[in-house]
Amino acid sequence: MNKSFLKYILLGFGFAFLYFPIFTLIIYSFNESKRVMVWKGFSLKWYVELFKNEQILEAFYISIKIASISATFATLLGVMAGYSLARISKIPFRSFFIFISTAPLVMPEIILGLSLLLFFISANNLFGLPSSKGQLTVLISHITFSVAFVAVIIQARLSSFNKSIEEAAQDLGAVPNSVIWKVTLPVILPSIISGWLLAFTLSLDDLVIASFTTGPGANTLPIVVFSKVRMGLSPEVNALSAVIMLVIVTIAIGYYIKTRNKLDVN
Amino acid sequence: MISILKNFKFWFVFTPYFWLVAFFFIPLAIIMKISLSVSEWGMPPYKDILTTDEVTGNFIINITSGNYAFIFSDFFYLQSYLNSLSLAFTSTLICLIIGYPIAFYVAKSKPKTRNLLLILLIIPFWTSFLLRVYAWKVLLQGNGILNMILMKFGIITEPLSLLHNHYAVILGVVYTYLPFMILPLYGYLVKFDLRFIDAAHDLGSRNINTFFKVILPLSLPGIIAGCMLVFIPVVGEFVIPELLGGSDKLYFGKIIWNEFFVNRDWPVASALAMSGILFLIIPIVIFQISYSKYNFKNE
Amino acid sequence: MKDSFLYIENVSKSFDDVKALNNVSLTIKKSELFSLLGSSGCGKSTLLRIIAGFEKPDSGKIFLDGEDITDLPAYKRPLNIMFQSYALFPHLNVFNNISFGLKEDHLEKNEIINKTEEIINLLELNGLEKRKVDEISGGQQQRVALARCLVKKPKLLLLDEPLAALDKKLRIQTQFQLVNLQYKLGITFIIVTHDQEEAMSLSDRMAIMQEGNILQIGNPVEIYEKPNNEYIAKFIGTANIISIENNQKKKNFYTSLDLDIEIETSINKISSKCLIRPEKIYITKSTIDKKVSSVNSCKGTVKEVAYLGSYTKYLIESNNFHFYVFQTNNFISENLNIKWDDVVDCSWDKEAIFLL
Repeated sequence: MNKSFLKYILLGFGFAFLYFPIFTLIIYSFNESKRVMVWKGFSLKWYVELFKNEQILEAFYISIKIASISATFATLLGVMAGYSLARISKIPFRSFFIFISTAPLVMPEIILGLSLLLFFISANNLFGLPSSKGQLTVLISHITFSVAFVAVIIQARLSSFNKSIEEAAQDLGAVPNSVIWKVTLPVILPSIISGWLLAFTLSLDDLVIASFTTGPGANTLPIVVFSKVRMGLSPEVNALSAVIMLVIVTIAIGYYIKTRNKLDVN
Repeated sequence: MISILKNFKFWFVFTPYFWLVAFFFIPLAIIMKISLSVSEWGMPPYKDILTTDEVTGNFIINITSGNYAFIFSDFFYLQSYLNSLSLAFTSTLICLIIGYPIAFYVAKSKPKTRNLLLILLIIPFWTSFLLRVYAWKVLLQGNGILNMILMKFGIITEPLSLLHNHYAVILGVVYTYLPFMILPLYGYLVKFDLRFIDAAHDLGSRNINTFFKVILPLSLPGIIAGCMLVFIPVVGEFVIPELLGGSDKLYFGKIIWNEFFVNRDWPVASALAMSGILFLIIPIVIFQISYSKYNFKNE
Repeated sequence: MKDSFLYIENVSKSFDDVKALNNVSLTIKKSELFSLLGSSGCGKSTLLRIIAGFEKPDSGKIFLDGEDITDLPAYKRPLNIMFQSYALFPHLNVFNNISFGLKEDHLEKNEIINKTEEIINLLELNGLEKRKVDEISGGQQQRVALARCLVKKPKLLLLDEPLAALDKKLRIQTQFQLVNLQYKLGITFIIVTHDQEEAMSLSDRMAIMQEGNILQIGNPVEIYEKPNNEYIAKFIGTANIISIENNQKKKNFYTSLDLDIEIETSINKISSKCLIRPEKIYITKSTIDKKVSSVNSCKGTVKEVAYLGSYTKYLIESNNFHFYVFQTNNFISENLNIKWDDVVDCSWDKEAIFLL
């Protein structure tokens, strides 16, 4: 058997496996029938239903709000943590700091969620803060586990750059604060952007931690979707998947065209 | 002190430091504390570790190892933990077997094709996790598309019950966690110098030997990172068994969830979480060591 | 000493338990091209980083142009460093890389543009101003790094392995460019290198370092012809070191322990070792009837021959002692006569002997 033939077969199967379920969902989102798997003809009915469903729209709005605020704070903290890990050697209890800033990467969500919930309850008992569970507690939780992801991205980027570019800036007369603003930050900017995007998706995607830490008025999109699909299928969720897929594919194509042009220059 | 507070570096280190101590480390300590407390009726549903005797005013320490004794004596809990371990092990292995060749071929493609393939790999990763699991629920239904295809080709006559068993759970886990395996592997393999393969061939090594003696050892850090990124979270996975699994097997994540939300037994839920962390500490340490080694290499 | 241009006074530096610099003192004159030469880990880079201000010495002082700069932070020192891997800013184009330092000095916009353009012309970087630094060749990157330093008109320019990243042909070309540039601008250069040929061909003076100490300071001729010790002799070029004993009766005569001959020198000093550079030994094919005196000459067997175009390297064995001979190929036929296992007569002038 030909080697490149084997390669295409393998890649073909791999990508088919990745995309088959998603495409099925998209196709069935145009199904007229209320019973998801019985095809009754093409219709945009479920998209209309989706955009009329106040519960989903409300949850979507809350999710986007929490995700963007959480991503912003997580990026801020993650940049600081990543910079400290990569560039500052004198940190008290350094290995403890390394532990708490990388362990959330692999800590099972259910344990993180449980610990944060118990923390909020204890804090409420002791200090009366937070006064109730809700958007704020979900936000704090999302920031906490996203920080580790951003920190790792920033640290990797900083480690791949020789420290000498920062020294060069100093040598050329830049004071330490100016070095950070004019050299370090611009150099890691692409990683800051991808860190923000990752933190945003992590927050938008999270069900388990949000379920633990949520309260009245803070039902995020995953919580609503989960309650809809836990027991059975929902044609509206199919339509929702198609919409999300469309947004992501658009972004991905845009990104691809941008990077492809860049490759052509090289 | 004031000069320290004005120091840029100080804030850079200590803002995230304090945040993570407050919202990651202290919550873990609280779980630890509650896992050692005595369960009681009320809100919160456990006795504080330190209480004062109402009559004498003396401090009373209420610590118990009973919660741990309870979960380790009841085979029900141990079984759920073993179920989760076996799920994590099986799906990590399958992810590795499927993911490695894909990562290898993508990494070895021409730069232009590589970029396209990489984006194709990442798109499902950015799609909602919950919706990807849900997609399999749709596919595996009794009247779902897989059964339809199988019946059309005459392979089966009756629809199979594909959903609500632990095979469906494994499938769901492999599907959703595959990118976590492929991306770190890709990260290593893309830096892998093809001349190593040529050198091995030149020295008389056959393809199979080249793979096991050269390529595999050199990509080992990527394999470890990928396996840990799949294995550890899957042990605590809750959503996938909930949507695709049946009553044939109970998993660790579900048990904690039930203990907390259904039985409202916080001390036992905490003890379960703590023992989960203890069991996972070895893989977590492996992950951190290989991770920091990788970063040192980059410096 | 303090009125010299750069004066390094008793500088020591340790990292953890490792002593990187051991009480080093050094004086460098204005407009000098000075090299710090040594194998890796000898402390030369640490010394450079201390001069640049990235490391603080544990003890000792540094004076530049009469001013104590020991406690001055890097960004306030009137000197610049060109990093080994150039450390060009990846997010800036060529023009902005070069003008970075001027902007940090808050010069007027026109002045920045004029000065930057002037240096771009000087280093022949025209047309590359808008390029990203990863879109230009290695040689161009090296010139951008140099331009970025020179545009600030530093009193002192430090260069850390400036040519290490270039291929051999480009390296030799660039060596000449550096020397010309230094001559034209009159800036004092300190070059750190592990390449002895590079140090020899570039420097006015050089310092040889080993394990945190400076072993010898001198111009290339002094270092090559009159090394302070065996380590330097072997580090710079190829050295034949012969063990000797003072001859009690005859002045200027020594007995060689290795070769079983007598060695006559132009100077007299109590010494146990002498150096003969390989190019200072003459060899001719031995003929049986020709008698060889036992002073400054010996018979030997050719063990290796390497023809290198302008000269040929021979490894000679005599009395179980091995030494090298380099003969320039002025007369091809004569030299090519000598082959493996041939017996040859070796001789040298008494001025060729240097006592260690």
